[in-house]
Amino acid sequence: MGDVRESVPESTAWESGSGQWRSAARKRAGTPRGGGREVRARIRLWGSLGTLVALVLAALLVPALAGNEGGVHYEAIRLPPSPEHPFGTDTAGRDVFVRALAGLRVSLLVAAVSALVSTVLGAAVGTIAGALGGWTDRLLMRVVDTVNAVPHLLLGIVIVALYRGSVVAVVLSIALTHWTAVARIVRSEVLSLRQRPYIDAAISGGATRWRVLHRHLLPAIVPQAALSAVLLIPHAVWHETALSFLGLGLPPHMASIGNILGDGREAVLLGAWWIILFPSALLVVTTLAVSGIAASWRDGVVPRRRSELAL
Amino acid sequence: MNTAAKTAAGSPSRAAAAGRLVLRRLGFAVPVLVIVAFGVFLLAAASPFDPIHQYYGVQIFDASAQDVAAVRARLGLDDPVLVQFWNWFSGVLSGDLGISRSMRQPVAQVVAERLPWTILLATTGLVVAVLIAVVLGTAAAWRQGGWIDRFVTAIGYALEGVPPFVLALLSIAVFSLGLGWLPVAGLTDAGSAISIGQVLEHLALPALVLGVSQSPWLVLHLRQSLLSSLSEDHVVGARARGLGEGIVVLRHALPTALLPFVNLIGTRIPELVTGAVLVEEVFSWPGVAAAVVTAATAVDYPLLAILALVATAAVLLGSLLADVAAILLDPRVAADG
Repeated sequence: MGDVRESVPESTAWESGSGQWRSAARKRAGTPRGGGREVRARIRLWGSLGTLVALVLAALLVPALAGNEGGVHYEAIRLPPSPEHPFGTDTAGRDVFVRALAGLRVSLLVAAVSALVSTVLGAAVGTIAGALGGWTDRLLMRVVDTVNAVPHLLLGIVIVALYRGSVVAVVLSIALTHWTAVARIVRSEVLSLRQRPYIDAAISGGATRWRVLHRHLLPAIVPQAALSAVLLIPHAVWHETALSFLGLGLPPHMASIGNILGDGREAVLLGAWWIILFPSALLVVTTLAVSGIAASWRDGVVPRRRSELAL
Repeated sequence: MNTAAKTAAGSPSRAAAAGRLVLRRLGFAVPVLVIVAFGVFLLAAASPFDPIHQYYGVQIFDASAQDVAAVRARLGLDDPVLVQFWNWFSGVLSGDLGISRSMRQPVAQVVAERLPWTILLATTGLVVAVLIAVVLGTAAAWRQGGWIDRFVTAIGYALEGVPPFVLALLSIAVFSLGLGWLPVAGLTDAGSAISIGQVLEHLALPALVLGVSQSPWLVLHLRQSLLSSLSEDHVVGARARGLGEGIVVLRHALPTALLPFVNLIGTRIPELVTGAVLVEEVFSWPGVAAAVVTAATAVDYPLLAILALVATAAVLLGSLLADVAAILLDPRVAADG
């Protein structure tokens, strides 16, 4: 990131000969093309997309094809990785490979739903605050500050613990703690949109406040909101995993990555490292792939610094 | 930075501005804390889980209905939420934090016994994270695009995706079980008294895990802000005067890069608390963060409310300290904003 100075020679080599003046002009205009950087960004995007597609396909197909392979086998407890069980088996003799992929499916689904709920909530609050302004805005932003002042996982634990073992509670606990970032982004977007001439034009054309809101403001914030939703997915996966790991998240019969890791805690002490290592590696690769896609998208849509948008 | 700090701290108006900021933040903190406490009570009251079952455990099957009713009345479980909240709140104002039902101890005692261990773990973790960030961030930005930079950035991005409990479990597997260097969990070895050596030995792994798990954001941020400060005019000027590379980077570029970094540390406090919850849980560290899980599973409102307040106060304090530091250290920050 930001390696403008260094990438100039690379980019001239890349564009070979006739392109040389162009890159000089770009540099003057402040929009250097940076060959290496662009190639790297493209590798990141396609690598992330490919990885995610492969993982999702595997998560959908492998548990379905494996059928009873992933079931309980007391004669095959805690077997180390072997060709037959590539990730080994767990304390109940279940194949960790099949189980981890099934868990990935649950984790991703819960995370995607939570991110969606969270984004809708955040976008609604942000739009109302930005569009109405005044006291509504101040009040809603104080609410955002208050929610932000409580550590997310703590609030999540409180919500989940009080309604233990329900999927809805997990989704709500993620959604209710993560909407504030979306609300802030959407609000500032709405505030800047309000200054645009086309909004003035709509108002002087006699559009009601509601019409301005849903015909002119809402469509304009959709890209930002969608991007926020994708950026939230890794956080949501993380949050769900942490809750399930603590034994407060999804009910035990739903194998999520967090449940698997929580179950594997004792197994690690018995030396069965594979029960932890492979599912967590799967988790890390998945979240990295999703954030890779989100980061490429963000760089394309919002040319802002990473730290400003890190949710 | 020294001269900046001297002039800034020396001018009374900036110190006064910092004082006003503290007062304003305290004015904001009080309603926030009350709302958070009330929110916990509301959530707990809406829960379908009856705390009396936790209080009795399996013995509830033997308990007579009158006994259960008497205990319910004594614990105030039949009162409306507002009454329960008011009883609790007026108690807190007069210094009585109530009794933790899950730990069977006064809440004040639970917090007093456990908070120091959490503060020890969290501050050690934060120090580790900041040290890693300053050393690796500087090394990475110094030779941008070099192998150190590529390595550090790649590891940083990868670590951002690793939850602290995974790191904790894997480090137990490697350093405690595989290599046998450090103990697996707890504050001391079983049965031995608390001594500095014992605690340090048991602190090393959790604090390292907490620090490493918090470091990637700090490392990547410091690298980025050092990169941008390396291209600022005063650094170009220092280079043009022929100063050595070490002096240019460490004395001219790094101080300006550290200022936004101080703010970032303040905003990372919630993640530090989150990390502490998970790390304490994995390492059976006897701190308040692990008590959150116990209190939550037992629907222990008095303890849960106090722990939520402690965590919230820590977050508010962290961001306040960061802002005050920014005002005192950086003359460019508008002090009355």
